[in-house]
Amino acid sequence: MAEYLILIYGDESAFENAGPEVGGQMMKEHVVFGERNAAALRGGNALQSTSTATSLRKDAAGNVSVTDGAFAETKEALGGYYLIEAADLDEALAIAKQVPAPTGGVEVRPIRVFD
Amino acid sequence: MLAATVRVTGDIDIAEECVQDAYARALATWSTTGIPSKPGAWLTTVAKRRAIDVARRTSTQDRTLPLLVEQVAAPEPGDLAPPDIVDDRLRLIFTCCHPAIATDAQVALTLRLLCGLTTAEVGRAFLVSEATMAARITRAKKKIATARIPYRVPPIEDLPSRIDAVLTVVHLLFSTGHTAPVGAGLIRRDLVERSLDLARILRALLPDDADVAGLLALILLTDARRATRIGDDGQLVLLADQDRSQWDRAAIGEGIPLVREALRRRQPGRFALMAAIAAVHAETPSWDATDWQEIVGLYDLLVEIWPSPVVALNRAVAVGLAEGPAAGLEALDALATEPLLATYSYLASARADFLRRLGRTREARDAYEEALLLSENAVERTFLADRLGQVER
Repeated sequence: MAEYLILIYGDESAFENAGPEVGGQMMKEHVVFGERNAAALRGGNALQSTSTATSLRKDAAGNVSVTDGAFAETKEALGGYYLIEAADLDEALAIAKQVPAPTGGVEVRPIRVFD
Repeated sequence: MLAATVRVTGDIDIAEECVQDAYARALATWSTTGIPSKPGAWLTTVAKRRAIDVARRTSTQDRTLPLLVEQVAAPEPGDLAPPDIVDDRLRLIFTCCHPAIATDAQVALTLRLLCGLTTAEVGRAFLVSEATMAARITRAKKKIATARIPYRVPPIEDLPSRIDAVLTVVHLLFSTGHTAPVGAGLIRRDLVERSLDLARILRALLPDDADVAGLLALILLTDARRATRIGDDGQLVLLADQDRSQWDRAAIGEGIPLVREALRRRQPGRFALMAAIAAVHAETPSWDATDWQEIVGLYDLLVEIWPSPVVALNRAVAVGLAEGPAAGLEALDALATEPLLATYSYLASARADFLRRLGRTREARDAYEEALLLSENAVERTFLADRLGQVER
């Protein structure tokens, strides 16, 4: 068995600007996803929007600069994640395909294990 | 042999080392004991035993045998019955063609691991450098291991979508064997045989798939010409000059119904169309009787669904034969700036041929010389040198 991180990407503005109905629907879908895949789930969270993010970078002199916003400017923003355990990539993908991600998609990344 | 060993190791790189060890052991022992009656079986058994040794010695066994499958307790020569080998190859080819692997890497990996082409040869099949290809293959192997792409034939419901990548590989395998890019001989029979085996297995696995039928038809109909492609003197014989009475009629008889089956789909796939082109030749009694317009029409359909520069090149040649060398040259000139064809000898040799027919001998000479520079197959080079000689006279 191995662990994978499922990163959920989507159009933030669509979500932020939509009414509570949309949010409620999303919530329902995630609850259903969680129930269906309970055995595989090891964690997961929704994230606040990128406008609430703060990024830290070291400049050449070694000073840390603090900036507002996400680390990388991307068209689709990182909106949440699930940590799952699966026997192989096909199993991980079968779970990832069920993650609600209406405006973007998901990335499946294997967790690095250290001896 | 590699496929059977991967089944034990779960790791392609370790499997490759075990296979190398087995060969080394064979060299050392057979000189004294003599060659065993089933050398293939001997080698595979040794490779698998070595793989088990390696696995036992690695303490974190759980990590180095990700998900693979069968823990072979004690390898028996009986493990190597043909059905096992066939299934292993299928598992390996589907693994190599997993959608999580970059498309260009899928084909490269299969050619490298299943058929033992060198990295240089695979590079040539893709018209890229050896270094580029080596990096591509290494990255793909790492992806398989780290992301844990499973070593198995996909479940039935996923098969249709997984099959196109596999067909691409098998087709490339056939093309490489049919006209070897490097070496002394024009044909690498071993690759052709393997591509035919794989095509037949796929046909048995997916009897309703039109593209699978198309690929098998294409291989059968094209390979039907094998007896006539090399002259008694070892020289290349063009399609125009081949003795069609020597074409394999049994293979053609098997291929034609498959083409019909493949074309029944509303939108025929690329293998069906290529097979249809091969079928036109197979059923035409002579070069002079060939309906080139029909062939151009089929290429027009093909280029639409498969805009590959090589397909465009083949179409241009057909145009030249249908409408005359000037039209052919014009079609070829449109490909002059195509980067993928810059080191492809067939573009130069096709131009050379049309220029020769037009009596533009100096330009023809230059083009034949260019083709000679780019070709690395001895039989083709001899043919080109001969043509160059004719044009220089």
